[in-house]
Amino acid sequence: MTQDTPLHPGLNLGAPHGEAHTRSEPVIFGFWVFLMSDLILFGILFATYVAMRNGTAGGPGPLELFDLTSVAIQTGLLLLSSLTYGFASLLLKHGNGQRRGLMIWLIITAALGLAFLGFELTDFHSMAQDGGVPSRSGWLSAYYALVGLHGLHITLGLLWIGVMLVQIGVLGLNCRVKTRLLMLGLYWHFLDLVWIGIFSIVFLAGVA
Amino acid sequence: MNARHAGTTRAAGYPGAAFVLVVLVLLAGSAFGADSFLTPLGPIAGAEREYLLDIIGITMIAIVPVLVGVPLILWRYRRGNRRATYQPHWSFSKPLDIAMWGVPVLIIGFLSVWLWQHTVKYDPYKPLGDDPLQIQVVGLDWKWLFIYPEQGVASVGEMALPVDRPVSLSLTTDTVMQSFMVPALAGQIYAMAGMQTQLNFIADRPGFTRGQNTQYNGAGFSRQSFAVHALSQNDWQSWVEKARASPLSLNARTYTRLAERGSRAEARAALAPDQGSGPLLFSAIRPDLFQQIINRYHDSKGLTAQQQPGSPAYQSGGEHE
Amino acid sequence: MSDPIFGRLEWSSFFVHEFIAAPSIDSAVAAGAGLAVVVGGIALLGVLLRYRLWGRLWRDWLTSADHKKIGIMYIVLALVMMARGVLEGVAMRTHQATALDGGILSAEHFAQLFSTHGTIMILFVAMPLLIGLINYVVPLQIGARDMVFPVMNQVSLGLTTAAAALIMVSLVVGHFETGGWSAYPPYTGADFNPGVGPDYWIWAIVLSGIGTTLTGINFAVTIYKSRAPGMHFMRMPMFTWTALCTAIMIVYAMPPLTAGSLMLALDRYLDFHFFTNDLGGNMMNYANIFWMFGHPEVYIVVLPAFGVFSEISATYAAKRLYGYASLVFATMAIAAVSFTVWLHHFFTMGQSASVNIAFGIATMIIAVPTGVKIYDWMATLYRGRIRLTAPMIYMLGFFILFVIGGLSGVIQANPTVDFQVHNTLFLVAHFHNVLIPGTLFGMLAGIQYWFPKAFGFRLDERLSRRAAWLWIIGFCFAFLPLYWLGLLGMPRRSASFSDPAFVPWMYVALAGALVLLSAFFTMLQMGWVSVRDRKRLAVPAGDPWDGRTLEWSVSSPPPEWNFAATPQVYSRDAFAVEKEAGHPYLPAQRYADIKMPNATSMGMAVCIAATLMGFGLVWHIWWLAIAGLLGMAASMIARGFVTQTEHTISAAELEQAHRDWLDDVANTRAVTRDEETSPGNRGLAAADVVP
Repeated sequence: MTQDTPLHPGLNLGAPHGEAHTRSEPVIFGFWVFLMSDLILFGILFATYVAMRNGTAGGPGPLELFDLTSVAIQTGLLLLSSLTYGFASLLLKHGNGQRRGLMIWLIITAALGLAFLGFELTDFHSMAQDGGVPSRSGWLSAYYALVGLHGLHITLGLLWIGVMLVQIGVLGLNCRVKTRLLMLGLYWHFLDLVWIGIFSIVFLAGVA
Repeated sequence: MNARHAGTTRAAGYPGAAFVLVVLVLLAGSAFGADSFLTPLGPIAGAEREYLLDIIGITMIAIVPVLVGVPLILWRYRRGNRRATYQPHWSFSKPLDIAMWGVPVLIIGFLSVWLWQHTVKYDPYKPLGDDPLQIQVVGLDWKWLFIYPEQGVASVGEMALPVDRPVSLSLTTDTVMQSFMVPALAGQIYAMAGMQTQLNFIADRPGFTRGQNTQYNGAGFSRQSFAVHALSQNDWQSWVEKARASPLSLNARTYTRLAERGSRAEARAALAPDQGSGPLLFSAIRPDLFQQIINRYHDSKGLTAQQQPGSPAYQSGGEHE
Repeated sequence: MSDPIFGRLEWSSFFVHEFIAAPSIDSAVAAGAGLAVVVGGIALLGVLLRYRLWGRLWRDWLTSADHKKIGIMYIVLALVMMARGVLEGVAMRTHQATALDGGILSAEHFAQLFSTHGTIMILFVAMPLLIGLINYVVPLQIGARDMVFPVMNQVSLGLTTAAAALIMVSLVVGHFETGGWSAYPPYTGADFNPGVGPDYWIWAIVLSGIGTTLTGINFAVTIYKSRAPGMHFMRMPMFTWTALCTAIMIVYAMPPLTAGSLMLALDRYLDFHFFTNDLGGNMMNYANIFWMFGHPEVYIVVLPAFGVFSEISATYAAKRLYGYASLVFATMAIAAVSFTVWLHHFFTMGQSASVNIAFGIATMIIAVPTGVKIYDWMATLYRGRIRLTAPMIYMLGFFILFVIGGLSGVIQANPTVDFQVHNTLFLVAHFHNVLIPGTLFGMLAGIQYWFPKAFGFRLDERLSRRAAWLWIIGFCFAFLPLYWLGLLGMPRRSASFSDPAFVPWMYVALAGALVLLSAFFTMLQMGWVSVRDRKRLAVPAGDPWDGRTLEWSVSSPPPEWNFAATPQVYSRDAFAVEKEAGHPYLPAQRYADIKMPNATSMGMAVCIAATLMGFGLVWHIWWLAIAGLLGMAASMIARGFVTQTEHTISAAELEQAHRDWLDDVANTRAVTRDEETSPGNRGLAAADVVP
């Protein structure tokens, strides 16, 4: 098998990583399957959101509640964090095991994710100030469930990044840690993709 | 009784034969239920029965070979039978495979066309003629309210209708989801709060049958049935007159009491303790009651548990106007 | 409002309270059930302590990451839950036999019975049975040493057990949900059911749903990635194929259930408005989401049974499986189409005729591949040499009864007829008719078939056959009358009825339920007798049925590592081909060191933490819920820092064990199929002498 033969979809560590390359094959494949399953979860909430689009029950709607500037900033932050995770992945693959740069990129990614979360929570807060709480209407319930589930995923992702930073420090870049960093990358980019869906279907279609 | 008969009687000792015997006795004993679509009171239920028998008939093409073939194969190719052919490596035959896929495909193809035609023809929303009798049905826990807007009367636990005139039901509930079913006339349709569903049918002979809720909605569920009277034109008129003569009227006060969780008997005890037993009749109705019940769920304030009929916290005479 | 320490838990929540306050048959039955759980639990604990089994149980089973042990534990869980489910069924039949204008139980109690019965039988009997069987068999069939994710396997079992524990706890503390296993809102919403019942349902569903999703991922990845060299997809045993299809379906079908039940939880706990009557909620959305899970679920539980029947028909007819490619294609077709039919569970919701037509036709299309499978099995038996052993009796019952269930399914796929039979006992008869002869008979046949592999001795054949016949006869009496009652218009879930014509049928059904109960007890007796006679029934050579696939090529029970050396596969029915060629049981050319997963308490930690979290959520004991959640998170994070997760088994040890076993096999007398069920069968099959 040559170095270029990918064993699984997405970024492969490559043959120079030896055991870490081959042992990550089934794990990464399994993680893809998990992401498909997770995508169904989001799919159900997307479908529910679309079905409840008119269920505002006389309460505030998207035009009154959405702050597109903030949403644009959140989108920018999240896309940027995907890029910075990409740099982390490149260092993982080609960095010859040096940890410092990798950890710095991870910290930057986490910071961007945290900023995203901050903006999102601020938005939730100001929406609540304007009467946009989940108990107000079916539409708001669906909105908070969908956007909130994404936010929860981001939170778990941040926790995961934190754990990985400790693991890199304590365990070093061993076979398992490398595989986990590959999985974390898929997870983080996946959340980006879901956000693009939320951005288009919830926010853009909401004010269009 | 000859010897041959005696032999069959002995065979009844086997479980299978005993089962058949029991079934026959039961069938003879119970006859067809009077409240079932097997004894239809109108053309819709009659067509549903015919269609059921047709499906069973055509599906038998696929099923009888299994019912007959499996015991035959098990017997013929039992290990003890050394005379039967044994082909341990035989595992495919093209003509057989074509038949295995082909026959079911043909049956299902045929049934699909049938399904299509029947579903369109017997769509419960399809009106069955001009000038149907309008009845508004409200599902409550655990009773059915029938409002006759044109006649200005209402009843609980009894639906009367004239023979040979199309009937058009509009349904909703003022509590959880329910399913309204009159087997002998048309089957069932769901009724849901804040929404309106429809059911059309026609009775083609005078008679009595029963209907019920089939969607579980709490402890009183199995007693949420109602009487259905298909009446001749004269009897129908006198039923309406009888209702108009009722001292009860369906107003905000009586309706909120009616909407409380409880059986029909409890509602009668509260509203008309002197009316004896049987259904409740109301002489005067608020003309927009049905629409109002639906609209309440589209209000921008929503309903608290205290305002929600069917909730254990519901208080009649509370905030419901 | 609720106490900070005990939430809404009060003394009156405990099971004996109602009986003391108001003694009656009804409250006595409820108290008896609660007492059975408590006494059973204490007795189990007592036995463990008295015979000092606790240490062995912990070391060898609860902390084991071996797929075989996890599989067996799944099946034990299923059988325990099945005992409760069967007893509930008998209680319901008894009640309905007396339910002309009344009945011995209260309507409320009856509602809890049908709700728990449904939830338990689908999610805690059918699912653990098939997951257990797949867990045990599939790695052996594909020549693997374990699942790809052995620890995740343990966690899945832990979550499923936690969910089952919550349902058992609901007998002792509080009460269960009353709106059926599908728990339709708004009835199960906070306005109409403010109590703990729906919350028990929600958290049991969520925990088992997540556990099952992880299992599905595990199975799919294992089958994709861990097959022995040479085992192409089209050489996989049919059971493995059905396991793969089921795994894929689990991955896609469980998330809707998890989503739907969590949305219901948000409605109940945080005043969201997904499914409420008012403020823009829409209960129809729940019906859609639930059945997007619910319909594929039907095929999730039936496909592995189809796999079992494929294996046993070929084995007991001593013949190749007919139409392998057809069966594979039919299985895949069923899996795919089953995602497009969910709406047939509510043809009566008032949507347009065209929508009903589309879903009605899609539903009937499934009958085609299912019918093809039936014919394929008939063709497999055709020109075979059939032994009518216990698994084949189950298969006979399946053949005859399942087609009747298929017929009633096609009937209900027609909206025109469904308007009459929906929500009636006709439907109840139908789904029992596919689930019992389909799933249950399949699983029991599978247990019968693979039991000697797992434990090294056969099950007593006489009692096995008796149990099989009792299941078949009991089913006929208990459920076929319900078709007729359904046509007469009797709604399902009726605590009482007013038509005296129903009564005789109810007694027939009760008699059937009692026969089913005796079938269950016969199975227990069969287990007891078989364990007692295990020396006489032993089959250490590992191949008691003249099997065709790889799992029969190893010892019974198999060693921890399954295969001393990874087998090379050249064809379908790999082991049968080796036997025909005359060279089974060869030592490997080369033995190599292997790594096996270490035991870990991860699964138990998650199980306990999840149970506490679920209990805290049900009773609004927030500190307990948070502690449970943190416990799960902490055990997962801690697991990430464990570096020694595997132990090595040396090539020498493997070779020694393998050669010892091969010596034993060489000293075993091979028997023909004539002696299959006699004590002479030590698990070595002789080439058969039939011409």
